[in-house]
Amino acid sequence: MDADPGANLKHVPSDIDIELRMLVEAVYLKYNYDFRDYTGASQKRRVLAAMRAMECDTVSALQARVMHEPSGFAQLLQFLTIPVTEMFRDPEYYLALRQHVVPFLKTYPSLKIWVAGCSTGEEVYSLAILLQEEGLLERSLIYATDINPESLDAARRGVMPLERMRLYTENYQKAGGTRAFSDYYTAAYGGALFERSLVENVTFADHSLATDSVFAETHFISCRNVMIYFNRRLQNRVLGLFHESLVHRGFLGLGSKESIDFSSYAQRFEPLAKRERIFRKVGA
Amino acid sequence: MMDAAMDEAGLQALLAGRRIEAVVIGASAGGVEALGALLPALPAGWRLPVFCILHLPGDRESRLAELFAGRLRLPVREAADKEGVNPGTVYFAGAGYHLSVERDFTFSLSCEPPVHFARPAIDVLMESSADAYGSGLVGILLTGANHDGAAGMATIHASGGLTVVQDPDDAQVATMPKSALDRFSPDLILPLARIRALLPMLESDLS
Repeated sequence: MDADPGANLKHVPSDIDIELRMLVEAVYLKYNYDFRDYTGASQKRRVLAAMRAMECDTVSALQARVMHEPSGFAQLLQFLTIPVTEMFRDPEYYLALRQHVVPFLKTYPSLKIWVAGCSTGEEVYSLAILLQEEGLLERSLIYATDINPESLDAARRGVMPLERMRLYTENYQKAGGTRAFSDYYTAAYGGALFERSLVENVTFADHSLATDSVFAETHFISCRNVMIYFNRRLQNRVLGLFHESLVHRGFLGLGSKESIDFSSYAQRFEPLAKRERIFRKVGA
Repeated sequence: MMDAAMDEAGLQALLAGRRIEAVVIGASAGGVEALGALLPALPAGWRLPVFCILHLPGDRESRLAELFAGRLRLPVREAADKEGVNPGTVYFAGAGYHLSVERDFTFSLSCEPPVHFARPAIDVLMESSADAYGSGLVGILLTGANHDGAAGMATIHASGGLTVVQDPDDAQVATMPKSALDRFSPDLILPLARIRALLPMLESDLS
């Protein structure tokens, strides 16, 4: 194989690159939110979108807003984080959980599960439904964490847009659902309000994968389509947290295009369901 | 702007002195056939990375890399998150995620909302590739029934890269190339057969 074709392409940072770096540095120093190890291309797109929405002509102007108006930061945060998700996204993932992970989880008298980067809660409610149908919800304690307080509030409320229910019902059925999906919600507050009992044992909490440490020992961690926004250094940090948090032979579920192959933890997890991206911590 | 009548000497002149580092190709409706006609023109031993993005309905799992792997003389893969860009390899964007090329020449995926109803979106791949490769990038936009790709091609153009739009009269569906032509004037507007002839020349200038 030839040398990297980009090896001799020298980048002179453009003005906008410089401004982007200064913005995330300022956000870190002032608000202690660390976006410095997020991948550049999608972060740039999101900052440009924030710039347009907040009517700033340059990233520097946006930075000034964020520095001097805390409400400006709250607004920017909604762009820097990525609250795009759906219930039972990739139904085959949930099907594989039922088939390959649930039988092991049933052997534990009590369970701790961590949904890392839970966003607006779609995955939390999906997992809670699955656990309930498998008879595991009552013995489970679920930690649902995110850095975005608005997303966490939405997750606590559990009101999903009604127009999404058709897709979610379809996903639920493909995911091996055993009941009528509509049993789990009622129309309320202009949306679909999910059954409160599903989240009785869920702790929604502010936690940063970039700066915080492990807070509990867990049996299963689901972290889907979160690490794709991180560079390799931050991915390694996060996989380190997961490795530390998981019990001996604990389970890790990732998004359908995520991989640990390029991380320094590649050898410390083994695939359990390769296509569905479910891994198991390798024994000592 | 050069028209379809441009001869080989004209093309050579246009390419002279360019240091091409990567090629990005976007297509939508009619794209499987168009890429099927285009990509086999890549010769064995070709050294540039080629990024292909083709819209498919819904989030359906893409089998494009498999489909083309047997038909090309180069390695063909679906681009994986955090994977480094290898020379002489044809990469396809997988279904359901946007694909970007980072400044450190690795791929990254993202699940942000669709752009022009498309995820992966051509604009996202082209704009990020233009940031990574600057004037070393060649952007090719083919047939399609959608407006994706116009902004991405314009960015490549603004970054000094070479832009080639399929002649709308030659395209199975003209909307996409037309939408790009409404937005900016590319270096070349060519029918597919001429783009096919151009491909091997993109590399011949590398010395």
